[in-house]
Amino acid sequence: MRAVRDIAPVPGRKHVRVGKVAGAFRPRSVLVPVLCLAALVLVAAVNIGRGSSDIEVLDVLRTLAGGGDERETGIIVDLRLPRTLAGVLVGAAFGLAGALFQTIARNPLASPDILGVTWGAGVGAVSVIVLGGSAGQVSGAAAELGVPLAGLSGGLVAGLLLYALAWRRGIEGYRMVLVGIGLAAIGSNVVYWLLTIGDVDDATRATTWIVGNLAGVGWEAIAPVALALGLLVPVTLAAAHTLGGLQFGDETARGIGIRVDAARATLLLLATALAAVATAVAGPLTFVALATPQIALRLVRTPQPPLVGSMILGALLTVSADLCVRLVAGDLPVGVLTAVLGAPYLIFLILRTRKEVRA
Amino acid sequence: MTGCRLQVDAVRLGYDERTVVDGLDLDVADDEITVIIGPNGCGKSTLLRGMGRLLRPRGGAVLLDGRRIDRMPTKEVAKHVGVLPQTPSAPEGLTVGDLVSRGRQPHQRWYRQWSADDEDAVTHALAVTGMDAYADRVVDELSGGQRQRAWISMTLAQDTSLLLLDEPITYLDLAHQVEVLDLAHRLHTERGTTVVMVLHDLNLAARYAHTLVAMNEGRIVAQGPPGEVLTEQLLSDVFGLDAKVLPDPVAGTPLVVPISAHLRDHA
Repeated sequence: MRAVRDIAPVPGRKHVRVGKVAGAFRPRSVLVPVLCLAALVLVAAVNIGRGSSDIEVLDVLRTLAGGGDERETGIIVDLRLPRTLAGVLVGAAFGLAGALFQTIARNPLASPDILGVTWGAGVGAVSVIVLGGSAGQVSGAAAELGVPLAGLSGGLVAGLLLYALAWRRGIEGYRMVLVGIGLAAIGSNVVYWLLTIGDVDDATRATTWIVGNLAGVGWEAIAPVALALGLLVPVTLAAAHTLGGLQFGDETARGIGIRVDAARATLLLLATALAAVATAVAGPLTFVALATPQIALRLVRTPQPPLVGSMILGALLTVSADLCVRLVAGDLPVGVLTAVLGAPYLIFLILRTRKEVRA
Repeated sequence: MTGCRLQVDAVRLGYDERTVVDGLDLDVADDEITVIIGPNGCGKSTLLRGMGRLLRPRGGAVLLDGRRIDRMPTKEVAKHVGVLPQTPSAPEGLTVGDLVSRGRQPHQRWYRQWSADDEDAVTHALAVTGMDAYADRVVDELSGGQRQRAWISMTLAQDTSLLLLDEPITYLDLAHQVEVLDLAHRLHTERGTTVVMVLHDLNLAARYAHTLVAMNEGRIVAQGPPGEVLTEQLLSDVFGLDAKVLPDPVAGTPLVVPISAHLRDHA
């Protein structure tokens, strides 16, 4: 029996209370996302400023806040913003998808690229580019929509296959990773086969897509993905309240009242949809989904990848990679650099933690 | 005669093609400690899993307050019955405080994930097991006894009136075994919790149980106060063990002293 009284805070953590809602306050889980968000705004502004005529960062920020002159507003909003915005959206979606996959599989290897979801999207998109091209020049709206839609469906099919094949009286992390690696191998081989049978132009276009590309993304491509993510992200964050419990064994999770199979299937479906939508827009930006949740959890120091933190870091990594690629090499696709930027930092963090443990 | 909130009615339980428990009936007396004993593979853990809704019955039913638990929402069951599986595993790096906080899951909703009641229940659960001093320690760095107490704290934070523990003392040294069982006893006396445990140690089972349930080959072969259940005949029939049963000099409950083969001539 506990009458209403002063709440006894859980020892060992700082306590916050607002009305009936109380909770633990962890400075890092607020500080890290806020700092990353600030960095994201800055990098995004620099990235938007880059172009045939460079615009100062402060002018970009002023224009985005609604205070720019007409010419700058035209350039920034109509021409430059979509590319960076796409980077933000796609990066955030990959970060969130990766965090979900890794938490559910209880395995840091489980990311949509390793598990074959992005390769499924690749098969869909490349088929349309290669086969659609030879079947009679798909163009205009069909080409605009065809590739992303095919990518989206390919990713979803791969996700469902993964779930169906890995299912054996429930989903186990290691089996999901093994099945996923198999699916990814099949998917990548189908893509390579498609590239060899396509003509040179189609193959080049397809290769650019496979590497991951933000150039040429316009408002017409942003609108559907923004809508999809605007729907998927809140639903995912709400559904994710079972994620902490799912990290335990199935029996423990069931014991604390989680409908294990239903909760896991829901979250996997949402993660697959997020990854597929993101891939459909920008191609499989390898490593964003794998690395950002791991970087985020090491920065925030939580046992599982923080969802919002992974989203912000995913966006930051993608936009930074886009900026670097433009600074260094003109118009290479951004996917070339996401891994080059993310991997060393992740390795650095892992090495540092190991040192701490030893000390 | 006290009531029986948890009842097992002709239940059939198993895995894949194998049926482990078949047609078993058991009424768990409220406000008592019930201990299930039996040889390895006799189905005692399976029965406990079925009672905690971790395993769906293939026939018969497990009833909570007269309702079939396999037809109740998982969350609803978790508000009344706390289950601690045999070898629970925590994700790497999880702190004791966070682990115990997870026990509040059944009381939370997606729009209200942490409340003052939650905070209170967790603090209380940590205090009862003496784990409050370890709240910010990482679970996988604790000793076996501390870890087990942390897990019990989690089920306590669930705030249930029924507690099912599957071999809670198996990997602990004797001092920690007694500590965990003392804790179970205290929960019974102080909170009126109904406790059902699976134990391998017959002497400790006899000492802490109000009701002893002896199982063999998926059936209950004896049930009642330890003094009546734990006889030399039962040990021979169920465990195939040649043993003497003496009164425990400390508690007066039955004390099983096995007769080893190489000593048989002397006995």
